[in-house]
Amino acid sequence: MKKVMIGNHAVSWGVQRSRVEVISAYPITPQTQIVEELSDMCADGRLPARYIKVESEHSAMAACIGASAAGVRTFTATSAQGLALMHELLHWAAGGRLPIVMADVNRAMAPGWNIWTDQNDSLSQRDTGWIQLYCETNQEVFDTTVQAFRLAEQINLPVMIILDAFFLSHTSEPVDLTDQEIVDEFLPQRVAQYKLDPSDPHAFGALVRPDAYMEMRWQQQEAMRDTLRVMPEVDEAWGALTGRRYGAIEEYRTEDAELLLVTSGTITSTARHVVDARRSSGEKIGLVKIKMFRPFPTALLRSALAGADRVAVLDRNISPGHGGIFAEETRSALYDVPLEDRPTLFGYVLGLGGRDVTPSVIEAIVDRTREAEAPERQDLWVGVEL
Amino acid sequence: MRELRIHGRGGQGTVIASKLLAVALFREGHEVQSFPAFGVERRGAPVTAFLRFDDSPIRLRCEITAPNHLIVLDPTLIDAVDVTAGLEAGGTILINTDRDPASYVELTPRFTVATVDASEIAVRHGLGTRSQPIVNTAIVGASSSVFGWFGMEAVEAAIADEVPVKLEENVEAAREAAEAVRVAPTGEMSNV
Repeated sequence: MKKVMIGNHAVSWGVQRSRVEVISAYPITPQTQIVEELSDMCADGRLPARYIKVESEHSAMAACIGASAAGVRTFTATSAQGLALMHELLHWAAGGRLPIVMADVNRAMAPGWNIWTDQNDSLSQRDTGWIQLYCETNQEVFDTTVQAFRLAEQINLPVMIILDAFFLSHTSEPVDLTDQEIVDEFLPQRVAQYKLDPSDPHAFGALVRPDAYMEMRWQQQEAMRDTLRVMPEVDEAWGALTGRRYGAIEEYRTEDAELLLVTSGTITSTARHVVDARRSSGEKIGLVKIKMFRPFPTALLRSALAGADRVAVLDRNISPGHGGIFAEETRSALYDVPLEDRPTLFGYVLGLGGRDVTPSVIEAIVDRTREAEAPERQDLWVGVEL
Repeated sequence: MRELRIHGRGGQGTVIASKLLAVALFREGHEVQSFPAFGVERRGAPVTAFLRFDDSPIRLRCEITAPNHLIVLDPTLIDAVDVTAGLEAGGTILINTDRDPASYVELTPRFTVATVDASEIAVRHGLGTRSQPIVNTAIVGASSSVFGWFGMEAVEAAIADEVPVKLEENVEAAREAAEAVRVAPTGEMSNV
């Protein structure tokens, strides 16, 4: 069934189709509609889940951790300051190997107080041990939500689904809501390997001494490595049922490309528009979209980018004192490419705090990347200095 | 691809109007994208919403600054904000007003002007109040006649999907507005 809906409701429907059992959340713009709709679904019976109201995002994640440890499928959603307030518990969820799924609607961090999109909220949680999946369309938001539960439960890691504030969250477009029977076939009920069970008691979250702590981290890292293999398998299984696949990265018109744009989120769509226009006038240009940021798809990205002359990474985020975060991770992935195949990388910071990224902004980046001798610095600020 | 901008005031149903148009166009087989101006809404303050539609998937995910057409839900906005900013010459402006379209002499040389008294129609059908009429369904009905992109069947289905209350009243307001709307084509001189 195709319905015109906002990105926030595409998340809610993905959660409904996934038969989530416990939801705990605290409202924050621009995420609120996700949990508002879920609350309605719980109230009117479309989703027979327990909806736990709490007084903060910290408590929301705490409630999800408790429920997930008890073995049930669990969801929450947040944005920006709300996600930051969860920070401590994000480590507890990932270190506890709990397959919680959370939607983060990318909103810029305050100050300046801002409700518009950029990626610094989710990227600030890079090292908490959550899988991170960035979405481009409302359809991808729905599909990724359903996929996220299967991935999380297969690998025992929490998954963050990330969508741009307003450009997805409040934008209405057609979404194919996959039938329940098909989702049920793809995503059976969760069977927890370990859980809080009074009839079979175990200790969770106990003191771990130096002789074992490092092995726990090793296992977490192994699970992340497994995710590089499992995420595409889950995506393919969903694709076989629905015809819709996304990949950890997507290569768009990269054949024989001399210049490649690297994008994530909704900037990708507008960049596709520019790539199409330039291709039709004979330019050898393509695009690589990064969907999965953690674990970072280093090998895939390396083979997608090696051989191009120039790469322009578009970052709607900034690591102060370093550069755009996707650019820095991409640069690091390219280090092992032999020098003769290694493209010159230009890192552009743009669109912070929801500043609009139009085709002409991307056109200017393409021209500049083509014409410049070399990048003057690792971060070039579009709309500020360029 | 076609792009529209809708100007209204908080409380008039501006954002829902853009969604109704999107659903009606989707029902006619188009790809659609609608969104509000991204910001903080207050009752009575100027509000804008946007719509794109096309026959192939819509790639652009940025704001609309050069629309092909406009819808104005509150005629006082014409003096309050630069509603025609970026509007394509020859584009159509559909205005909720009791005035004759040809009387907009400052607009008719460059644009097609269409008018309908959506507020009066809405109030008569009990949609909102006299001081705060909810005009979105009436204006979407008028859009059906003015633009010709979708029929009344699609409008009715969109209202059934998106408007939770007063279904019959909303549908009737849309039908009536579709009949009542008047058009002054680009370049028509006023005889008022």
